[in-house]
Amino acid sequence: MTQATVTDRRAGYVLRHGDDNLVLAQRLSEWVSRAPELEEDIALANTALDHLGVATHLLGHAAAVEGDGRSDDDLAFGRTERQFLNAVIVEQPNGDFAQTMARQLLFDAYQISLWEALSRSADDVLAGIAEKAAKEAAYHFRHSSAWVVRLGDGTEQSSARMQRGLDRMWRFTGELFAMDDLDAEMHAAGIGADLAALRSPWLARVSAIVDEAALELPADAPQRGGGRSGNHGEDLGHLLAEMQWVQRTYPGLQW
Amino acid sequence: MSAVLSPERVRLLLDEVVDPEIPVLSIADIGILRGVAVDDEGRVTVTITPTYSGCPAMDLIRSQIRSVLAQAGAAEVTIATAFSPAWTTDWLTPEARRKLEESAIAPPGEPLCPRCRSAETRVVSEFGSTACKALLVCSSCGEPFDLFKEH
Repeated sequence: MTQATVTDRRAGYVLRHGDDNLVLAQRLSEWVSRAPELEEDIALANTALDHLGVATHLLGHAAAVEGDGRSDDDLAFGRTERQFLNAVIVEQPNGDFAQTMARQLLFDAYQISLWEALSRSADDVLAGIAEKAAKEAAYHFRHSSAWVVRLGDGTEQSSARMQRGLDRMWRFTGELFAMDDLDAEMHAAGIGADLAALRSPWLARVSAIVDEAALELPADAPQRGGGRSGNHGEDLGHLLAEMQWVQRTYPGLQW
Repeated sequence: MSAVLSPERVRLLLDEVVDPEIPVLSIADIGILRGVAVDDEGRVTVTITPTYSGCPAMDLIRSQIRSVLAQAGAAEVTIATAFSPAWTTDWLTPEARRKLEESAIAPPGEPLCPRCRSAETRVVSEFGSTACKALLVCSSCGEPFDLFKEH
């Protein structure tokens, strides 16, 4: 593996969204064999698989745009945590089931708007991947919404845990809608999305579910970001260690 | 030994390539196969489009395309992946919908029980045995069945 940092601007942009999906897929797959019921185990595994599929497509596209002969696997397994560009919300530990569902609700609602915007991208590969992923995000949102309502409007304990999950995840949502130089440049070029404009439909979508679940929308709190420039919490390192160790031990190993 | 295959012949050969998770459907039935081109030198380009993002069958489908065409003597096979326009279940052929029903999988849309045709069904799990299916049960005859998810 040669230099690991992606320097091409468009490739870097595609990689951000690819990393979101890759890291979330890895997190969700930690639930396999541990979910509260068999159907839920399958649901989380399938959701993880959808995110992994999107990640594979986006990392492959980023590699192709970069044109340096690297593959999606090189990008997934050959970068260190500082080179991962995912938003920090997806690396947050699963916590209890309610915390996982809170993260999923907030992120699914964001992805519905994101993919809808990116499906009009001037980069037609990105647009095609987004068009497909939009349908999957809507499906995922239906699943996470159902759980948030069921737990929020459930017992005293389930409601308290659901509220705690939402409160805990809220401070990582601001980063999803923050526009930095690269976002502005890609948006101006017709490739990227106006992320700031996605916040209001996102909030409407999330608020409706939170209301239905008889929960409180968390108060605006100081936000924690940094993931888009590679500044992650320590949790990402542990996640990558598990995800990458085989390829790091035996580089290029195949089935 | 290599041969120049006509595009028609290539399409015929590719009818043998099926979705490993729903083996009654060929890649043409599902709408994965988007195009076949053969140049003067006999080089074949097959264009496919992925279905659900997480469909794990795509790699196997690629290798099956290669092996079927290699056995028929195709000189050089390139498999191109087209992401746009994105695949949708609207691309399932009428033939595909019929084959699904025959294998007790309800085609996308309003679910009808593939066994007793009842419209009284309920969802057991929106996520089923593969990325493309949900698990339902018929309220009339009590039998569980798969629904090919609308996409």
